[in-house]
Amino acid sequence: MTYQLETAAHPETLRRVAIDPVSRVEGHGKVTILLDEQNKVHQVRLHIVEFRGFEKFIQGRPYWEVPVMVQRLCGICPVSHHLAASKALDIIVGAKKLTPAAEKLRRLMHYGQMLQSHALHFFHLCSPDLLFGFDSDVTQRNIVGVAAAHPETAKRGVLLRKFGQEVIRVTAGKRVHGTGAVPGGMNKSLTVAERDELLKDIYHIVQWSRDAVHLIQKVHTQDPGLYNSFGIFRSNFMSIVGHNGDLDFYHGTLRARDDNGKIIFDHVDYQHYDDYIEEEVKSWSYMKFPYFKSIGKEQGWYKVGPLARVQNCDRISTPFAEHERREFVDYAGGTPMHAPLAYHWTRMIEMLHAAEVIKELLHDDDLLSDDLMVEGERAMEGVGVIEAPRGTLFHHYRVDENDLVTMANLIVSTTNNNQAMNEAVRHVARRYLHGREVTEGLLNHIEVAIRAFDPCLSCATHALGKMPLEVELVDVEGAVVHALSRS
Amino acid sequence: MSHTFTLDGKVIPFTEGQTIIQAASAAGVFIPHLCYHPEFKPHGSCKLCTVKVNGRHTASCTMRAAVGMVVESETEEINAERRALTQMLFVEGNHFCPSCEQSGNCQLQATAYHLGMMSAHYDHFFPNRAVDASHPEVLLDFNRCILCSLCVRASRDVDGKNVFALSGRGIKTHLIVNAKSGQLADTDFTLADKAAQVCPVGVILTKRRGFAVPIGERKFDKAPISETAETTEGR
Repeated sequence: MTYQLETAAHPETLRRVAIDPVSRVEGHGKVTILLDEQNKVHQVRLHIVEFRGFEKFIQGRPYWEVPVMVQRLCGICPVSHHLAASKALDIIVGAKKLTPAAEKLRRLMHYGQMLQSHALHFFHLCSPDLLFGFDSDVTQRNIVGVAAAHPETAKRGVLLRKFGQEVIRVTAGKRVHGTGAVPGGMNKSLTVAERDELLKDIYHIVQWSRDAVHLIQKVHTQDPGLYNSFGIFRSNFMSIVGHNGDLDFYHGTLRARDDNGKIIFDHVDYQHYDDYIEEEVKSWSYMKFPYFKSIGKEQGWYKVGPLARVQNCDRISTPFAEHERREFVDYAGGTPMHAPLAYHWTRMIEMLHAAEVIKELLHDDDLLSDDLMVEGERAMEGVGVIEAPRGTLFHHYRVDENDLVTMANLIVSTTNNNQAMNEAVRHVARRYLHGREVTEGLLNHIEVAIRAFDPCLSCATHALGKMPLEVELVDVEGAVVHALSRS
Repeated sequence: MSHTFTLDGKVIPFTEGQTIIQAASAAGVFIPHLCYHPEFKPHGSCKLCTVKVNGRHTASCTMRAAVGMVVESETEEINAERRALTQMLFVEGNHFCPSCEQSGNCQLQATAYHLGMMSAHYDHFFPNRAVDASHPEVLLDFNRCILCSLCVRASRDVDGKNVFALSGRGIKTHLIVNAKSGQLADTDFTLADKAAQVCPVGVILTKRRGFAVPIGERKFDKAPISETAETTEGR
């Protein structure tokens, strides 16, 4: 856990290569690499160049507007922000415990989101790298290429995502940016017809999710030299875990481990997260750098998301996913796996778990109940935490006596992974670019490392749009020596 | 000849003293409007209900029906003018439908859909207007005010309270609360007031209700404004 390659000693003498923007990720980021005349790498930084300002402009707005407004941070996993904000505002309206129906409906919405987001990331964004190779023909290395070469895989990816979106639609009213969760509960339950429509498909969704785990397991284990070491760095890791130490995406307490798997803190009520986590600001990025207060910023940074969660929990409550977790833990050899590409394997285990949980919930008649709202003693402050597809997500609000928001602090999943992604990128640059002529294929290695974390750079800076990849190699005088572009 | 006129070629009966929009509404024909409300005296300010009578533009909420009138309403020309007026309303205020709790119940939004408004077209003013959250039961979000004056008329003519007024002139016209402090908490306004029920947009809001009505169950999810009989009665 070091800061090597973060800042070069004499940047003015070096050439700058920029990957701007990074493609096949959510939002807009760039990577800059400083090289000397022998192409030796001196500095690598992942910059997040968007500025959003949500924390500021929701101040002065009525609190009940917040769960719907803040989900506009993102178009991929808006449900995470919708639910994290709702959980924080549950505290404000005194809803310490939701009705069983409301909690299960929110859980269904969230697990539907987990399914669709993980399917999107694995099949649409990453499978081209994994199936064709990191420096394969760039014209084929996309979802259209996957659809041509592996039509069944591509089709399943699309249909898995569609199913998750349907789960969101019936619980939130819309596939993207709905309104289902409100402070204190939910505004709708499921109709019998909605439930039965989902039940028709859920069994093959579970099976396809199992197949997806086996696909990535095969890809990973067939090339351990690459998959176990690409971009590797050691770090602490953190997630929420359920009350029995189970994997839980919706609710639990905070648990953190060091790089050897030893517990740093456990059973932490997330209402007190700011006693444990601090954020550092660096001048070259709009994204903050969080770390554990008890360890300090040099060594206290951590990773979140599927690789952290699957190794942080004691078990998974659903049988197929638990079986796959054990396979993964056995493969890792009883110590934490830190390889960034293992994110894909654990992400698919989580997608399987999400599918199994959805199946269980669809057999629960509480989903049809109209007992949806509770309220209690009003509070002025609340924290909501949820495990979003990309990792732990914190929403923290203060509300005045007139019901207006006076303070908001959001620590989003990708922010939690900021230092980790920078480390992975530096490792890849050192290993693959150092001393070599820069090509598009080599630069894609950098992006492969970033994509493993499934970063959402829009959320991280609290923009929308996909941009073409443009790479320029600029000499010391600033002249463009070599340019590559992909649209 | 009986008491009738034609509206877009359709024969519309009327009684003595009825305005064009009243007669059209009674006959089940929709004319877009925002400041008109059947329970209040016409205000004639939003101009959305403008029609052509015998070739001349006039507000259908203020023009009395007359025998033999030839009225045009649903024409490309008139709807283009209505659309431009609606777009101007959108840019004068801060109408952020995605996070507005009135979305789906809002007459301005529903009218924009009816008129096929695809964008705001004009540059946004982005005015800086504070909300008034002082009242324990009601929030006033002035960002969304379209100056229809329905709350002014309801409070004055029905509630007998005069809680609201329009102040300023021209582009500076704005809604105010009649209290020394300017705060709603310092008036005798209550949720039971008629003025609390008539806002066609999202200015006068019941606190802590928010997004209680799910998508699919909101007023204009069920039917477009042109097919919703009580469109003029606010919420």
